Amino acid sequence: MVQLTLPKNSQLVAGKVWPKPAGTNRLTEYRIYRWNPDDGVNPHVDTYYVDRDDCGPMVLDGLIYIKNKIDPTLTFRRSCREGICGSCAMNIDGTNTLACLKSMDDVSAKSVNVYPLPHMPVVKDLVPDLTQFYAQHASVEPWLHTETPAPEREWRQGRGDREKLDGLYECILCACCSTSCPSYWWNGDRYLGPAALLQAYRWLIDSRDEATGDRLDDLEDPFRLYRCHTIMNCAKACPKGLNPAKAIAEIKKMMVERQF
Amino acid sequence: MSNRSSPPSRSPSSASMRTPRRKVAGLGSARSGTGHFWLQRVTALANIILVIIALPIVISMAGGGQEAVLSTLRHPLAALVLLLLLVSMTFHMRIGMQVVIEDYVHSEGTKVLALIGNTFFTIAVGAAGAFAILKISFGG
Repeated sequence: MVQLTLPKNSQLVAGKVWPKPAGTNRLTEYRIYRWNPDDGVNPHVDTYYVDRDDCGPMVLDGLIYIKNKIDPTLTFRRSCREGICGSCAMNIDGTNTLACLKSMDDVSAKSVNVYPLPHMPVVKDLVPDLTQFYAQHASVEPWLHTETPAPEREWRQGRGDREKLDGLYECILCACCSTSCPSYWWNGDRYLGPAALLQAYRWLIDSRDEATGDRLDDLEDPFRLYRCHTIMNCAKACPKGLNPAKAIAEIKKMMVERQF
Repeated sequence: MSNRSSPPSRSPSSASMRTPRRKVAGLGSARSGTGHFWLQRVTALANIILVIIALPIVISMAGGGQEAVLSTLRHPLAALVLLLLLVSMTFHMRIGMQVVIEDYVHSEGTKVLALIGNTFFTIAVGAAGAFAILKISFGG
């Protein structure tokens, strides 16, 4: 059966409350999921206090403040701090998003609650193992397939056809959508998930691509594609404002279209 | 690497040596699912139409006792509508439940048994209902 409860070694236990920084009243409370594979302790939620006068406005700024000034063992991924690399995807205030694009002031709960992306194996603290996610993206062969000998210059594409890729090419593969999808939680080993399917659609409707039929063949599967039940968590979570659910619906329409 | 006690793969020891691409490839695409997807929508539409037609028929029989049911169902159109609704509904029920089983039941043996049980159950319900409607309609 599907796993509805956490295994014993994944259950949360009480964590440490770290001291408040001195000499300030502008504090924001962070409650952060901690897990270290080496110490044999169950995951726990540690409480930190961030000095807002000494820190930028985003959730990521707070995490960097904690790592630099309070607890250097806090582990998370980050790189560009402006929503283009997708490294700092995590579950903040109950929703998957990018820590660098989420303002501390937009958090609805009393404290900023930060957990790793849901239902992924955890490497450490806020770092999930995304190996399978990347393999699924690779499996849709996200590059141009052509039979026609390559032209001397570029493959040409009309303006209208290029515009069809808007809302698809912007995906940064942060995994916020796939890891917010219950279908992906239960059947992530066989269902490709919204991120990979959005990219599959991006190549399916590329006017230059000559492998549309083969691409549809590879997706036509009760699990790879049809585990999508239009739950829409993907569209709600996407920090780039994209709509993977719509892309998946378009793929299903193409599947039906070629039957009749 | 993982703090999950049971990895999603079916045989953990050999699976750990497989590449991620191999795991994602699985047994390849089944090249099916579209028919199922389409029929689920077609039967849903049929259910809406048939329920709208059947509802007044059922309401007209309410409170009339056995006599009302027998006389209503003798009319071939009333019997036909209920028969079609029964077929469409049990078919929709079967393929809908199939998705639920595939979603949540992951051990192969239990899954196959549940899928077969689902098929048997819905066909039995449909056949029993159809037999009853026909028997009444033909004046049994």
